[in-house]
Amino acid sequence: MEHVFSHVTPYVGYVYPNETDMAWSQLIVIYPYITGLVAGAFVVSSLHHVFNIQRFAPISRFSLLTALCFMIFAPMPLLFHLGQPTRAFNAVITPHWTSAMAAFGYVAGFYLCLLLLEVWFAFRADIVAMSKSRTGIMGKVYNMLTLGSDDVSPRALAIDHKVARILSMIGIPSACGLHGYVGFVFGSLKTREWWSSDLMPVIFLLSAVGSGVGLVIVLYVIVSKFRKAPIADDTMRGLLYVMFTGVAIVMVIEGLEMLEMVYKAREGIETVRALIAGPIWVGMYLQWGLSLFALVVTSTLLLFDVHGKRLVTWLFASGLAMMLGVLAMRWNVVIGGQELSKTMKGLLTFYPEMFGRESLFTVLIISICPYVVLWLMSKLLPPWNQESASESGVFDNHKFA
Amino acid sequence: MNQLSSEDKMTTQDTKTDEADALSRRNFLGWLGKGVACVGALAGAGTAIGSTELVSSKRGFQQNDEQFAEAVNNPPKVPGYNWNDHDWAMGVDTDRCIGCLRCMEACKMENSVQMDANHHRTWVERYVYLEGSNTAIVDSQTDPKDIENAGSETKFRFDNRYKNVKVDKAFFVPKLCNQCEHPSCVQVCPTGATFKVKDGPVLIDTTYCIGCQYCVQACPYGARSFNEQRGTAEKCNWCYHRITKGLNPACVEVCPTGTRIFGDRRDPESPISLFIRNNHVQVLKPEMGNAPNVFYKGTDKEVV
Repeated sequence: MEHVFSHVTPYVGYVYPNETDMAWSQLIVIYPYITGLVAGAFVVSSLHHVFNIQRFAPISRFSLLTALCFMIFAPMPLLFHLGQPTRAFNAVITPHWTSAMAAFGYVAGFYLCLLLLEVWFAFRADIVAMSKSRTGIMGKVYNMLTLGSDDVSPRALAIDHKVARILSMIGIPSACGLHGYVGFVFGSLKTREWWSSDLMPVIFLLSAVGSGVGLVIVLYVIVSKFRKAPIADDTMRGLLYVMFTGVAIVMVIEGLEMLEMVYKAREGIETVRALIAGPIWVGMYLQWGLSLFALVVTSTLLLFDVHGKRLVTWLFASGLAMMLGVLAMRWNVVIGGQELSKTMKGLLTFYPEMFGRESLFTVLIISICPYVVLWLMSKLLPPWNQESASESGVFDNHKFA
Repeated sequence: MNQLSSEDKMTTQDTKTDEADALSRRNFLGWLGKGVACVGALAGAGTAIGSTELVSSKRGFQQNDEQFAEAVNNPPKVPGYNWNDHDWAMGVDTDRCIGCLRCMEACKMENSVQMDANHHRTWVERYVYLEGSNTAIVDSQTDPKDIENAGSETKFRFDNRYKNVKVDKAFFVPKLCNQCEHPSCVQVCPTGATFKVKDGPVLIDTTYCIGCQYCVQACPYGARSFNEQRGTAEKCNWCYHRITKGLNPACVEVCPTGTRIFGDRRDPESPISLFIRNNHVQVLKPEMGNAPNVFYKGTDKEVV
């Protein structure tokens, strides 16, 4: 009898027999989470690149690198999840166009190329400088990275900046598209009451911005501590504005979605209520509690015009809260949607595996990877302008804009 | 999923005699059904074993990997079959179903479906209205109590849990893939590995499926499952290998009561055409817009 209950999701009420083997696991939770972080980090970098908001200048290249490093790992959870990962490119070679998922390869590929290009243009002057100053193997690496273009005349740098700006402009709708698309993958499924909502792409997009800005705040504070560099107050204030806007809007839209579902009270609403009070109650408390915390903190910081160390501490806390809150929200959507049976007469309770291909351990590894790559990447391409300028005398291409 | 040893696997015949229950009318019919089903199931098993040297195989009635690979890479050709000439459909007369579950058993054997209680191409739901209740209690063979009672996931039968309570109304509803006119599983498949053929069924190309399980999510009827061993999706195909040779699907073949009706809608005198013409039929979840091709007679408001 023991095999009956292994790998099987326990349930109450009545669920379709095939539902007891849950299709999408925690890997699909972190897939939209990671792409969300990409979108958010990219928005921060664009605020400087496109809108030329100077207060974001110190972190614009860093958040661009962050976006790239997370984007590299965005498809990873999907590959680990596929039953036949070696056939993953079937969806790209012979896409079935009525499927939202068929677009993933194209959307993600396009966005990755865009990020690579933008990073290259944003860092080209530095790369050229380092290819000249470094010797040995790193010199060769930088030489290769210049792609043969070592012109750092003011005119060339101005072109660099212009191109980076155009790419960034294309990047904003692309980032929205990438993440709105992830929302569409869930929202377009009429089968699942918990997913099937027109607001889903918007919710995904806005919470992505919230979590991504949170990530940039957290990383900026931690990295500055390690670098023993001052944290620009103006930058933190800017991040505070973005964070507040993101949190406030996303909470309203998420609240509206829940309200609509409960108010419409279609067949099976009792089961939806039971889902919220049952299998995902921890997730719901985390999602709403942490979002509320971030909202209250950012509002207070704005209201009392807080600056300096106190701003750093509290904004860091709300950034972290937003990252965790959005992670909980992804869990509630992806896992919660499947815990609510298609019969609307039963609830499943998902218990993640600890070790194995689709396990929490895999999730942990995939979640750590972008940070490691970001650390290596910031060694290769130092994103902090002042530092690189003082150390190796490279040019800041923004000066020539 | 764990594989069962061949001994634990399906026994087509139930050797364990029931306790000294007084033979109610229902029990009697159940016995009768089992007897008839056994003949059919044994016949089915005989063909499967005869053609594939499975007698000594550890995996019992399941295809082994080589057999599966052979079937996938070198599918049998059916000369003279033209899919433009047929329009297959299925009917389910729920008034006739006795819940013997021989259809589930036959399906698992015929199609090498995973031998556990969580992967099915077809299953039967039991709806029970207790006295004074306005809603039904539903269960299927996946229910741990039913498995415990049967003693194994592969001995398909319902338990007798309502023996001592007053029941107002009870009935069984067999479920399977609805082979929809507008299948949402086909719509969402990113590679086109699953597709609707001209004569009706929705099939899966298991050599092309990437195993993303989007189709499993998209099916409103829970008819799809995932085969962990093969890394691809699974579903009922109305025994396409049989119907193209003029045979009935295995579940229809073994049904002792004629609950399942199958045929070609192009033929006005086929069982399915007559069933649809002579009865008020319904489909499941019409609001999904999938336009199912399995037609039910005698369902209930509680049927999901």
